Amino acid sequence: MTATLRPDLAIIAANVADGARVLDVGCGDGTLLAALRDQKGCDARGMEIDPANVGACVARGLSVIQGDADRDLAFYPDQSVDYAILSQTLQTTMRPDKVLEELLRIGRHAFVSFPNFAHWRVRLSLLWGGRMPVTRLLPVAWYETPNIHHLTVDDFRALVDERGIKVEDAWFLSGDTRCSPAAANLRAEHAVFLLSR
Amino acid sequence: MASATIIEPSAVLTLPQPLVLDGGQQLEEVRIAYEAYGTLSPAKDNAILVTHALTGDQYLASPHPITGKPGWWSRMVGPGKPIDTDKFHVICANVIGSCMGSTGPASLAPDGAPYAMRFPVITIRDMVRGHVALLDALGIESLHAVVGGSMGGMQALSLAANFPERARAVMVIASTARHSAQNIAFHEVGRQAIMADPAWRDGDYYEHGKGPEKGLSVARMAAHITYLSEAGLTDKFGRRLQDRAEKTFGFDADFQVESYLRYQGLSFTGRFDANSYLYITRAMDYFDLAEEHGGLLAHAFARTKARFCLVSFDTDWLYPTAESRNVVHALNAAGLPVSFVELSAPFGHDSFLLDVPALDRVVEGFLG
Repeated sequence: MTATLRPDLAIIAANVADGARVLDVGCGDGTLLAALRDQKGCDARGMEIDPANVGACVARGLSVIQGDADRDLAFYPDQSVDYAILSQTLQTTMRPDKVLEELLRIGRHAFVSFPNFAHWRVRLSLLWGGRMPVTRLLPVAWYETPNIHHLTVDDFRALVDERGIKVEDAWFLSGDTRCSPAAANLRAEHAVFLLSR
Repeated sequence: MASATIIEPSAVLTLPQPLVLDGGQQLEEVRIAYEAYGTLSPAKDNAILVTHALTGDQYLASPHPITGKPGWWSRMVGPGKPIDTDKFHVICANVIGSCMGSTGPASLAPDGAPYAMRFPVITIRDMVRGHVALLDALGIESLHAVVGGSMGGMQALSLAANFPERARAVMVIASTARHSAQNIAFHEVGRQAIMADPAWRDGDYYEHGKGPEKGLSVARMAAHITYLSEAGLTDKFGRRLQDRAEKTFGFDADFQVESYLRYQGLSFTGRFDANSYLYITRAMDYFDLAEEHGGLLAHAFARTKARFCLVSFDTDWLYPTAESRNVVHALNAAGLPVSFVELSAPFGHDSFLLDVPALDRVVEGFLG
Protein backbone atom coordinates (compact mmCIF):
# COMPACT_ATOMS: atom_id res chain seq x y z
CA MET A 1 0.00 0.00 0.00
CA THR A 2 2.80 2.35 0.93
CA ALA A 3 4.34 2.31 -2.54
CA THR A 4 1.67 4.57 -4.01
CA LEU A 5 1.52 7.01 -1.09
CA ARG A 6 3.52 10.19 -0.59
CA PRO A 7 6.40 9.38 1.83
CA ASP A 8 4.88 11.15 4.85
CA LEU A 9 1.50 9.50 4.21
CA ALA A 10 3.19 6.12 3.88
CA ILE A 11 4.71 6.56 7.34
CA ILE A 12 1.33 7.52 8.79
CA ALA A 13 -0.43 4.62 7.07
CA ALA A 14 2.18 2.15 8.30
CA ASN A 15 1.75 3.29 11.89
CA VAL A 16 -2.04 3.43 12.21
CA ALA A 17 -3.49 0.42 14.03
CA ASP A 18 -5.80 -1.93 12.10
CA GLY A 19 -9.48 -1.08 12.39
CA ALA A 20 -8.80 2.29 14.01
CA ARG A 21 -11.14 5.26 13.79
CA VAL A 22 -9.37 7.99 11.85
CA LEU A 23 -10.11 11.62 10.99
CA ASP A 24 -7.88 13.08 8.26
CA VAL A 25 -8.05 16.87 8.42
CA GLY A 26 -7.16 18.32 5.03
CA CYS A 27 -7.56 14.92 3.37
CA GLY A 28 -7.22 16.18 -0.21
CA ASP A 29 -8.60 13.70 -2.72
CA GLY A 30 -8.80 10.99 -0.06
CA THR A 31 -5.72 8.96 -1.07
CA LEU A 32 -4.65 8.24 2.51
CA LEU A 33 -8.21 7.62 3.73
CA ALA A 34 -8.90 5.16 0.93
CA ALA A 35 -5.65 3.32 1.72
CA LEU A 36 -6.50 3.18 5.43
CA ARG A 37 -10.00 1.92 4.69
CA ASP A 38 -9.00 -0.65 2.09
CA GLN A 39 -5.75 -1.93 3.59
CA LYS A 40 -6.29 -1.53 7.32
CA GLY A 41 -10.06 -1.74 7.69
CA CYS A 42 -10.16 1.70 9.29
CA ASP A 43 -13.31 3.73 9.92
CA ALA A 44 -11.86 6.58 7.89
CA ARG A 45 -13.42 10.05 7.81
CA GLY A 46 -12.09 13.30 6.45
CA MET A 47 -12.35 17.05 6.29
CA GLU A 48 -11.29 19.01 3.23
CA ILE A 49 -11.63 22.66 2.24
CA ASP A 50 -11.73 22.24 -1.56
CA PRO A 51 -15.16 21.18 -2.91
CA ALA A 52 -13.71 19.41 -5.96
CA ASN A 53 -11.58 17.26 -3.65
CA VAL A 54 -14.60 16.54 -1.43
CA GLY A 55 -16.50 15.43 -4.53
CA ALA A 56 -13.63 13.12 -5.45
CA CYS A 57 -13.66 11.64 -1.92
CA VAL A 58 -17.42 11.05 -1.95
CA ALA A 59 -17.05 9.39 -5.35
CA ARG A 60 -14.57 6.97 -3.69
CA GLY A 61 -17.19 6.15 -1.09
CA LEU A 62 -15.44 8.07 1.69
CA SER A 63 -17.19 10.14 4.35
CA VAL A 64 -15.69 13.58 3.96
CA ILE A 65 -16.99 16.96 5.07
CA GLN A 66 -16.18 20.20 3.34
CA GLY A 67 -14.78 22.32 6.10
CA ASP A 68 -12.00 24.49 7.40
CA ALA A 69 -9.55 23.19 10.04
CA ASP A 70 -9.56 26.61 11.72
CA ARG A 71 -13.35 26.74 12.13
CA ASP A 72 -15.02 23.38 11.84
CA LEU A 73 -13.09 21.04 14.14
CA ALA A 74 -15.03 22.47 17.07
CA PHE A 75 -18.05 20.38 16.08
CA TYR A 76 -16.35 17.01 16.59
CA PRO A 77 -16.90 15.33 19.96
CA ASP A 78 -14.00 14.86 22.42
CA GLN A 79 -11.87 11.74 21.93
CA SER A 80 -14.14 10.51 19.14
CA VAL A 81 -11.38 9.01 16.97
CA ASP A 82 -8.22 7.01 17.61
CA TYR A 83 -6.10 9.14 15.27
CA ALA A 84 -6.58 12.68 14.05
CA ILE A 85 -4.29 13.28 11.07
CA LEU A 86 -3.04 16.60 9.77
CA SER A 87 -0.69 16.07 6.85
CA GLN A 88 0.98 19.06 5.17
CA THR A 89 -1.81 21.31 6.42
CA LEU A 90 -0.57 22.79 9.73
CA GLN A 91 1.39 25.56 7.98
CA THR A 92 -1.73 26.62 6.04
CA THR A 93 -3.95 27.23 9.07
CA MET A 94 -4.68 30.60 10.68
CA ARG A 95 -3.85 29.34 14.18
CA PRO A 96 -1.70 26.20 14.06
CA ASP A 97 -1.52 26.04 17.86
CA LYS A 98 -5.30 25.97 18.23
CA VAL A 99 -5.68 23.41 15.45
CA LEU A 100 -3.12 21.22 17.23
CA GLU A 101 -5.08 21.44 20.49
CA GLU A 102 -8.25 20.52 18.62
CA LEU A 103 -6.61 17.47 17.04
CA LEU A 104 -5.67 16.17 20.48
CA ARG A 105 -9.12 16.91 21.86
CA ILE A 106 -10.80 14.92 19.06
CA GLY A 107 -8.19 12.15 18.71
CA ARG A 108 -6.50 9.96 21.30
CA HIS A 109 -3.42 10.35 19.09
CA ALA A 110 -2.53 12.86 16.39
CA PHE A 111 -0.28 12.51 13.37
CA VAL A 112 1.09 15.85 12.18
CA SER A 113 3.34 16.24 9.15
CA PHE A 114 4.79 19.46 7.76
CA PRO A 115 7.60 20.78 5.54
CA ASN A 116 10.65 21.91 7.52
CA PHE A 117 11.49 25.54 6.80
CA ALA A 118 14.94 25.12 8.35
CA HIS A 119 16.08 22.57 5.77
CA TRP A 120 19.56 23.53 4.52
CA ARG A 121 18.33 24.20 1.00
CA VAL A 122 15.78 26.70 2.31
CA ARG A 123 18.42 28.31 4.54
CA LEU A 124 20.86 28.65 1.63
CA SER A 125 18.22 30.08 -0.63
CA LEU A 126 17.36 32.76 1.90
CA LEU A 127 20.97 33.40 2.93
CA TRP A 128 22.49 33.68 -0.55
CA GLY A 129 19.51 34.73 -2.61
CA GLY A 130 17.91 37.04 -0.05
CA ARG A 131 14.53 35.99 -1.39
CA MET A 132 11.76 33.81 0.08
CA PRO A 133 12.68 30.26 -0.97
CA VAL A 134 10.94 28.46 -3.81
CA THR A 135 11.98 24.81 -3.57
CA ARG A 136 10.73 21.37 -4.56
CA LEU A 137 8.62 21.13 -1.41
CA LEU A 138 7.76 24.84 -1.24
CA PRO A 139 7.10 25.42 -4.92
CA VAL A 140 4.87 28.48 -4.71
CA ALA A 141 5.99 32.12 -4.49
CA TRP A 142 5.41 33.98 -1.22
CA TYR A 143 2.46 36.01 -2.51
CA GLU A 144 0.34 33.05 -3.52
CA THR A 145 1.49 30.25 -1.26
CA PRO A 146 -1.18 28.67 0.97
CA ASN A 147 1.60 28.21 3.55
CA ILE A 148 1.05 31.19 5.82
CA HIS A 149 2.77 29.86 8.94
CA HIS A 150 6.16 28.46 8.01
CA LEU A 151 7.77 26.46 10.79
CA THR A 152 10.85 24.41 11.51
CA VAL A 153 11.29 21.06 13.23
CA ASP A 154 12.69 22.84 16.26
CA ASP A 155 9.79 25.34 16.30
CA PHE A 156 7.38 22.43 16.41
CA ARG A 157 9.33 20.64 19.13
CA ALA A 158 9.26 23.84 21.19
CA LEU A 159 5.51 24.29 20.71
CA VAL A 160 4.56 20.75 21.77
CA ASP A 161 6.96 20.98 24.69
CA GLU A 162 5.44 24.27 25.84
CA ARG A 163 1.89 22.86 25.56
CA GLY A 164 2.74 19.67 27.44
CA ILE A 165 2.03 17.49 24.43
CA LYS A 166 3.76 14.11 24.38
CA VAL A 167 5.77 13.09 21.31
CA GLU A 168 5.19 9.35 20.94
CA ASP A 169 7.26 9.02 17.81
CA ALA A 170 8.77 11.13 15.05
CA TRP A 171 10.07 10.49 11.52
CA PHE A 172 12.22 12.80 9.44
CA LEU A 173 12.54 12.60 5.68
CA SER A 174 14.93 13.98 3.12
CA GLY A 175 13.40 12.96 -0.18
CA ASP A 176 12.47 9.31 0.36
CA THR A 177 15.22 8.63 2.88
CA ARG A 178 15.09 8.94 6.65
CA CYS A 179 17.39 11.21 8.60
CA SER A 180 18.26 11.20 12.29
CA PRO A 181 16.33 13.24 14.86
CA ALA A 182 19.51 15.03 15.89
CA ALA A 183 20.18 16.37 12.40
CA ALA A 184 16.52 16.78 11.49
CA ASN A 185 16.24 20.55 11.82
CA LEU A 186 18.97 21.01 9.18
CA ARG A 187 18.59 17.92 7.01
CA ALA A 188 14.89 16.97 7.01
CA GLU A 189 12.62 18.29 4.27
CA HIS A 190 9.60 16.71 5.96
CA ALA A 191 8.71 15.83 9.52
CA VAL A 192 6.02 13.48 10.80
CA PHE A 193 5.14 13.52 14.49
CA LEU A 194 2.89 11.14 16.42
CA LEU A 195 1.48 13.02 19.41
CA SER A 196 -0.75 12.41 22.40
CA ARG A 197 -1.78 14.12 25.61
CA MET B 1 -56.83 22.50 -11.21
CA ALA B 2 -60.23 23.78 -10.23
CA SER B 3 -62.04 20.51 -9.90
CA ALA B 4 -61.17 17.41 -7.95
CA THR B 5 -59.78 15.78 -11.07
CA ILE B 6 -58.56 12.28 -10.44
CA ILE B 7 -55.31 11.52 -12.21
CA GLU B 8 -54.51 7.88 -12.66
CA PRO B 9 -50.83 7.29 -12.06
CA SER B 10 -49.18 3.97 -12.82
CA ALA B 11 -49.93 2.59 -9.36
CA VAL B 12 -51.98 3.56 -6.32
CA LEU B 13 -51.84 1.85 -2.97
CA THR B 14 -54.77 2.22 -0.59
CA LEU B 15 -53.40 1.85 2.93
CA PRO B 16 -55.03 -1.03 4.83
CA GLN B 17 -54.82 0.89 8.11
CA PRO B 18 -55.82 4.47 8.95
CA LEU B 19 -52.87 6.87 9.03
CA VAL B 20 -52.47 8.37 12.51
CA LEU B 21 -51.21 11.94 12.18
CA ASP B 22 -49.03 14.24 14.30
CA GLY B 23 -52.02 16.59 14.71
CA GLY B 24 -53.91 13.86 16.59
CA GLN B 25 -56.37 13.06 13.82
CA GLN B 26 -56.34 10.10 11.52
CA LEU B 27 -57.00 9.66 7.83
CA GLU B 28 -59.00 6.69 6.55
CA GLU B 29 -58.40 4.87 3.28
CA VAL B 30 -55.32 6.86 2.42
CA ARG B 31 -54.22 6.51 -1.20
CA ILE B 32 -50.53 6.73 -2.10
CA ALA B 33 -49.79 7.22 -5.79
CA TYR B 34 -46.30 6.22 -6.89
CA GLU B 35 -44.05 5.51 -9.82
CA ALA B 36 -41.27 2.93 -9.86
CA TYR B 37 -38.34 2.41 -12.20
CA GLY B 38 -35.83 -0.42 -12.53
CA THR B 39 -36.17 -3.93 -11.13
CA LEU B 40 -36.45 -4.83 -7.47
CA SER B 41 -33.87 -7.50 -6.60
CA PRO B 42 -35.13 -10.84 -5.21
CA ALA B 43 -33.67 -9.86 -1.82
CA LYS B 44 -35.49 -6.50 -2.10
CA ASP B 45 -32.29 -4.73 -1.08
CA ASN B 46 -31.68 -2.40 -4.02
CA ALA B 47 -34.54 0.07 -3.55
CA ILE B 48 -34.00 3.82 -3.52
CA LEU B 49 -36.81 6.11 -2.42
CA VAL B 50 -36.68 9.56 -3.98
CA THR B 51 -38.76 12.09 -2.07
CA HIS B 52 -40.15 15.08 -3.93
CA ALA B 53 -40.25 18.82 -3.25
CA LEU B 54 -43.22 21.09 -2.41
CA THR B 55 -44.79 21.18 -5.85
CA GLY B 56 -43.11 18.03 -7.13
CA ASP B 57 -44.80 14.71 -7.70
CA GLN B 58 -44.15 11.04 -8.37
CA TYR B 59 -43.30 11.66 -12.03
CA LEU B 60 -39.61 11.49 -11.29
CA ALA B 61 -38.37 10.06 -14.57
CA SER B 62 -41.52 9.65 -16.64
CA PRO B 63 -43.58 12.31 -18.43
CA HIS B 64 -45.97 14.43 -16.39
CA PRO B 65 -49.56 13.52 -17.40
CA ILE B 66 -50.78 17.14 -17.40
CA THR B 67 -47.84 19.11 -18.75
CA GLY B 68 -46.38 16.34 -20.89
CA LYS B 69 -42.92 17.46 -19.76
CA PRO B 70 -40.19 14.91 -18.92
CA GLY B 71 -40.01 13.73 -15.30
CA TRP B 72 -38.69 16.39 -12.93
CA TRP B 73 -35.41 14.55 -12.29
CA SER B 74 -35.08 12.63 -15.53
CA ARG B 75 -31.62 14.09 -15.94
CA MET B 76 -30.59 12.30 -12.71
CA VAL B 77 -32.64 9.08 -12.77
CA GLY B 78 -32.56 6.46 -15.51
CA PRO B 79 -30.45 3.72 -17.08
CA GLY B 80 -26.76 4.61 -16.70
CA LYS B 81 -27.59 7.89 -14.96
CA PRO B 82 -26.32 8.90 -11.48
CA ILE B 83 -29.34 7.19 -9.87
CA ASP B 84 -28.97 4.19 -12.13
CA THR B 85 -32.19 2.28 -12.78
CA ASP B 86 -30.11 -0.58 -14.26
CA LYS B 87 -28.81 -1.15 -10.71
CA PHE B 88 -31.51 0.24 -8.46
CA HIS B 89 -35.26 -0.04 -8.07
CA VAL B 90 -36.23 3.62 -7.75
CA ILE B 91 -39.54 4.59 -6.15
CA CYS B 92 -41.12 8.03 -5.97
CA ALA B 93 -44.45 8.55 -4.20
CA ASN B 94 -46.68 11.60 -4.23
CA VAL B 95 -46.81 12.96 -0.66
CA ILE B 96 -50.11 12.94 1.19
CA GLY B 97 -51.68 16.39 1.07
CA SER B 98 -50.64 16.76 -2.57
CA CYS B 99 -52.86 16.49 -5.62
CA MET B 100 -51.35 14.00 -8.05
CA GLY B 101 -53.20 10.90 -6.92
CA SER B 102 -52.32 10.64 -3.24
CA THR B 103 -54.92 11.62 -0.67
CA GLY B 104 -55.09 15.37 -0.20
CA PRO B 105 -57.59 18.19 0.30
CA ALA B 106 -58.98 17.71 -3.22
CA SER B 107 -59.72 14.03 -2.51
CA LEU B 108 -63.19 12.86 -1.58
CA ALA B 109 -63.77 12.40 2.13
CA PRO B 110 -65.81 9.39 3.35
CA ASP B 111 -68.95 11.54 3.02
CA GLY B 112 -68.42 11.79 -0.74
CA ALA B 113 -67.51 15.49 -0.85
CA PRO B 114 -63.95 16.84 -1.25
CA TYR B 115 -62.12 17.29 2.05
CA ALA B 116 -61.16 20.89 1.20
CA MET B 117 -60.28 22.60 4.52
CA ARG B 118 -61.65 19.66 6.47
CA PHE B 119 -58.42 17.89 5.53
CA PRO B 120 -56.27 17.61 8.68
CA VAL B 121 -53.08 19.67 8.92
CA ILE B 122 -50.25 17.27 8.19
CA THR B 123 -46.50 17.31 8.89
CA ILE B 124 -43.39 16.17 7.06
CA ARG B 125 -43.35 13.16 9.41
CA ASP B 126 -46.92 12.32 8.35
CA MET B 127 -45.78 12.32 4.71
CA VAL B 128 -42.98 9.95 5.71
CA ARG B 129 -45.48 7.70 7.52
CA GLY B 130 -47.26 7.41 4.19
CA HIS B 131 -44.00 6.46 2.43
CA VAL B 132 -43.18 3.86 5.09
CA ALA B 133 -46.66 2.34 4.75
CA LEU B 134 -45.97 2.07 1.01
CA LEU B 135 -42.59 0.38 1.67
CA ASP B 136 -44.37 -2.05 4.01
CA ALA B 137 -46.86 -2.90 1.29
CA LEU B 138 -44.05 -3.44 -1.21
CA GLY B 139 -42.18 -5.67 1.25
CA ILE B 140 -39.13 -3.38 1.34
CA GLU B 141 -37.71 -3.46 4.86
CA SER B 142 -34.59 -1.42 4.26
CA LEU B 143 -33.82 1.04 1.49
CA HIS B 144 -30.42 1.16 -0.16
CA ALA B 145 -30.95 4.92 0.12
CA VAL B 146 -33.47 7.69 0.52
CA VAL B 147 -32.65 10.74 -1.60
CA GLY B 148 -34.39 14.10 -1.58
CA GLY B 149 -33.90 17.75 -2.46
CA SER B 150 -35.57 20.69 -0.72
CA MET B 151 -38.76 19.38 0.98
CA GLY B 152 -37.62 15.96 -0.23
CA GLY B 153 -34.53 16.40 1.93
CA MET B 154 -36.72 17.12 4.94
CA GLN B 155 -38.54 13.83 4.33
CA ALA B 156 -35.22 12.00 3.99
CA LEU B 157 -34.03 13.43 7.33
CA SER B 158 -37.36 12.66 8.98
CA LEU B 159 -37.27 9.08 7.71
CA ALA B 160 -33.74 8.61 9.08
CA ALA B 161 -34.76 10.06 12.45
CA ASN B 162 -38.13 8.38 12.91
CA PHE B 163 -37.71 5.10 11.04
CA PRO B 164 -33.97 4.54 11.53
CA GLU B 165 -33.98 0.94 10.35
CA ARG B 166 -35.59 1.77 7.01
CA ALA B 167 -32.66 3.41 5.18
CA ARG B 168 -28.96 2.47 4.95
CA ALA B 169 -27.98 5.73 3.28
CA VAL B 170 -29.53 9.18 3.35
CA MET B 171 -28.87 11.92 0.80
CA VAL B 172 -30.13 15.43 1.53
CA ILE B 173 -29.73 18.12 -1.14
CA ALA B 174 -30.39 21.85 -0.74
CA SER B 175 -32.46 21.31 2.39
CA THR B 176 -32.72 22.06 6.08
CA ALA B 177 -33.63 20.47 9.41
CA ARG B 178 -35.99 23.30 10.25
CA HIS B 179 -37.87 26.08 8.54
CA SER B 180 -36.45 29.51 9.37
CA ALA B 181 -38.49 32.64 10.06
CA GLN B 182 -37.70 33.80 6.53
CA ASN B 183 -38.88 30.49 5.06
CA ILE B 184 -42.14 30.71 7.02
CA ALA B 185 -42.56 34.34 6.01
CA PHE B 186 -42.38 33.60 2.28
CA HIS B 187 -44.82 30.73 2.66
CA GLU B 188 -47.24 32.96 4.54
CA VAL B 189 -47.20 35.45 1.66
CA GLY B 190 -48.20 32.63 -0.66
CA ARG B 191 -50.96 31.35 1.58
CA GLN B 192 -52.39 34.83 2.09
CA ALA B 193 -52.39 35.40 -1.67
CA ILE B 194 -54.49 32.25 -2.12
CA MET B 195 -56.86 33.02 0.74
CA ALA B 196 -57.30 36.65 -0.39
CA ASP B 197 -58.62 35.46 -3.75
CA PRO B 198 -62.46 35.53 -3.57
CA ALA B 199 -62.52 32.38 -5.69
CA TRP B 200 -60.89 30.49 -2.81
CA ARG B 201 -64.27 30.48 -0.98
CA ASP B 202 -62.74 29.22 2.29
CA GLY B 203 -61.40 26.28 0.35
CA ASP B 204 -64.75 25.11 -1.06
CA TYR B 205 -64.07 25.93 -4.70
CA TYR B 206 -64.10 22.44 -6.16
CA GLU B 207 -67.80 22.42 -7.09
CA HIS B 208 -67.59 25.88 -8.71
CA GLY B 209 -65.36 24.82 -11.54
CA LYS B 210 -62.90 27.62 -10.89
CA GLY B 211 -60.43 27.87 -8.05
CA PRO B 212 -58.30 30.73 -6.68
CA GLU B 213 -56.08 30.74 -9.75
CA LYS B 214 -54.99 34.35 -9.34
CA GLY B 215 -54.04 33.82 -5.72
CA LEU B 216 -52.24 30.55 -6.44
CA SER B 217 -50.45 32.19 -9.33
CA VAL B 218 -49.18 35.04 -7.11
CA ALA B 219 -48.12 32.49 -4.49
CA ARG B 220 -46.10 30.65 -7.12
CA MET B 221 -44.56 33.87 -8.43
CA ALA B 222 -43.34 34.87 -4.96
CA ALA B 223 -42.04 31.39 -4.25
CA HIS B 224 -40.36 31.11 -7.62
CA ILE B 225 -38.18 34.13 -6.84
CA THR B 226 -36.88 32.32 -3.78
CA TYR B 227 -35.83 29.36 -5.96
CA LEU B 228 -33.54 31.51 -8.11
CA SER B 229 -30.55 33.72 -7.38
CA GLU B 230 -30.11 37.42 -7.92
CA ALA B 231 -27.17 36.74 -10.23
CA GLY B 232 -29.21 34.12 -12.10
CA LEU B 233 -32.11 36.53 -12.63
CA THR B 234 -29.72 39.24 -13.81
CA ASP B 235 -28.03 36.83 -16.23
CA LYS B 236 -31.31 35.57 -17.61
CA PHE B 237 -33.34 38.77 -17.79
CA GLY B 238 -31.40 41.81 -16.59
CA ARG B 239 -33.59 44.85 -17.18
CA ARG B 240 -34.49 43.74 -20.70
CA LEU B 241 -37.95 44.61 -21.98
CA GLN B 242 -40.45 42.04 -23.19
CA ASP B 243 -41.21 42.25 -26.93
CA ARG B 244 -41.13 46.05 -26.95
CA ALA B 245 -38.65 48.83 -27.59
CA GLU B 246 -39.84 51.25 -24.90
CA LYS B 247 -41.46 51.17 -21.49
CA THR B 248 -45.21 51.58 -21.82
CA PHE B 249 -45.76 53.76 -18.75
CA GLY B 250 -48.40 51.27 -17.72
CA PHE B 251 -48.62 48.03 -15.78
CA ASP B 252 -48.27 45.48 -18.50
CA ALA B 253 -45.39 43.07 -18.16
CA ASP B 254 -42.86 45.51 -19.62
CA PHE B 255 -39.87 43.61 -18.27
CA GLN B 256 -38.92 40.10 -19.32
CA VAL B 257 -38.68 39.04 -15.70
CA GLU B 258 -42.31 40.07 -15.13
CA SER B 259 -43.47 38.16 -18.16
CA TYR B 260 -41.50 35.10 -17.04
CA LEU B 261 -42.96 35.17 -13.52
CA ARG B 262 -46.51 35.63 -14.81
CA TYR B 263 -46.04 32.64 -17.08
CA GLN B 264 -44.62 30.57 -14.21
CA GLY B 265 -47.57 31.51 -12.00
CA LEU B 266 -50.21 30.87 -14.62
CA SER B 267 -48.85 27.54 -15.83
CA PHE B 268 -48.60 26.35 -12.23
CA THR B 269 -52.34 26.76 -11.65
CA GLY B 270 -52.99 24.25 -14.41
CA ARG B 271 -51.25 21.47 -12.52
CA PHE B 272 -51.58 22.22 -8.82
CA ASP B 273 -54.39 22.42 -6.29
CA ALA B 274 -54.47 25.64 -4.22
CA ASN B 275 -55.54 23.88 -1.03
CA SER B 276 -52.68 21.38 -1.44
CA TYR B 277 -50.36 24.38 -1.62
CA LEU B 278 -51.73 25.62 1.72
CA TYR B 279 -51.38 22.24 3.42
CA ILE B 280 -47.91 21.37 2.14
CA THR B 281 -46.41 24.78 2.90
CA ARG B 282 -47.86 24.46 6.42
CA ALA B 283 -46.22 21.06 6.84
CA MET B 284 -42.87 22.57 5.83
CA ASP B 285 -43.29 25.50 8.22
CA TYR B 286 -43.99 23.11 11.08
CA PHE B 287 -40.83 21.14 10.31
CA ASP B 288 -38.23 21.34 13.06
CA LEU B 289 -36.48 18.02 13.45
CA ALA B 290 -34.66 19.03 16.64
CA GLU B 291 -37.91 20.13 18.30
CA GLU B 292 -39.37 16.66 17.62
CA HIS B 293 -36.39 15.12 19.43
CA GLY B 294 -36.02 16.99 22.69
CA GLY B 295 -34.57 20.16 21.20
CA LEU B 296 -31.21 18.71 20.22
CA LEU B 297 -30.73 17.78 16.57
CA ALA B 298 -28.08 15.16 17.38
CA HIS B 299 -30.76 13.28 19.36
CA ALA B 300 -32.79 12.91 16.18
CA PHE B 301 -30.02 10.73 14.79
CA ALA B 302 -29.31 8.69 17.90
CA ARG B 303 -30.92 5.51 16.54
CA THR B 304 -29.88 5.48 12.88
CA LYS B 305 -26.76 3.78 11.57
CA ALA B 306 -27.09 5.17 8.06
CA ARG B 307 -24.43 6.89 5.98
CA PHE B 308 -25.33 10.50 5.19
CA CYS B 309 -24.44 12.88 2.43
CA LEU B 310 -25.49 16.53 2.41
CA VAL B 311 -25.11 18.90 -0.50
CA SER B 312 -25.76 22.64 -0.57
CA PHE B 313 -25.33 25.26 -3.29
CA ASP B 314 -23.46 28.52 -2.85
CA THR B 315 -26.23 30.61 -4.48
CA ASP B 316 -29.14 29.00 -2.56
CA TRP B 317 -30.47 31.63 -0.17
CA LEU B 318 -33.68 29.71 0.59
CA TYR B 319 -31.85 26.88 2.39
CA PRO B 320 -28.33 28.27 2.61
CA THR B 321 -25.20 26.24 3.32
CA ALA B 322 -25.37 27.09 7.04
CA GLU B 323 -28.55 24.96 7.29
CA SER B 324 -26.78 21.93 5.81
CA ARG B 325 -23.78 22.51 8.07
CA ASN B 326 -26.11 22.56 11.05
CA VAL B 327 -27.26 19.05 10.13
CA VAL B 328 -23.68 17.90 9.43
CA HIS B 329 -22.54 19.06 12.87
CA ALA B 330 -25.39 17.15 14.51
CA LEU B 331 -24.55 14.01 12.54
CA ASN B 332 -20.90 14.41 13.55
CA ALA B 333 -21.92 14.76 17.16
CA ALA B 334 -23.92 11.55 16.76
CA GLY B 335 -20.78 9.87 15.40
CA LEU B 336 -22.35 8.98 12.05
CA PRO B 337 -20.48 8.71 8.77
CA VAL B 338 -21.33 11.90 6.92
CA SER B 339 -20.16 13.65 3.81
CA PHE B 340 -20.90 17.25 2.99
CA VAL B 341 -20.08 19.50 0.08
CA GLU B 342 -21.13 22.98 -0.93
CA LEU B 343 -21.24 23.05 -4.71
CA SER B 344 -20.91 26.15 -6.82
CA ALA B 345 -23.81 26.66 -9.22
CA PRO B 346 -25.48 29.81 -10.51
CA PHE B 347 -29.12 28.71 -10.27
CA GLY B 348 -29.93 29.33 -6.59
CA HIS B 349 -32.10 26.79 -4.78
CA ASP B 350 -33.23 25.28 -8.10
CA SER B 351 -29.65 24.13 -8.75
CA PHE B 352 -30.56 20.68 -7.45
CA LEU B 353 -32.92 20.20 -10.40
CA LEU B 354 -30.67 21.68 -13.07
CA ASP B 355 -27.50 20.90 -14.96
CA VAL B 356 -24.80 20.76 -12.26
CA PRO B 357 -22.35 17.99 -13.28
CA ALA B 358 -20.59 18.13 -9.90
CA LEU B 359 -23.87 17.10 -8.25
CA ASP B 360 -24.18 14.13 -10.61
CA ARG B 361 -20.73 12.92 -9.57
CA VAL B 362 -21.48 13.25 -5.86
CA VAL B 363 -24.86 11.48 -6.16
CA GLU B 364 -23.40 8.63 -8.20
CA GLY B 365 -20.38 8.30 -5.92
CA PHE B 366 -22.42 8.30 -2.73
CA LEU B 367 -24.98 5.77 -3.94
CA GLY B 368 -22.21 3.45 -5.15
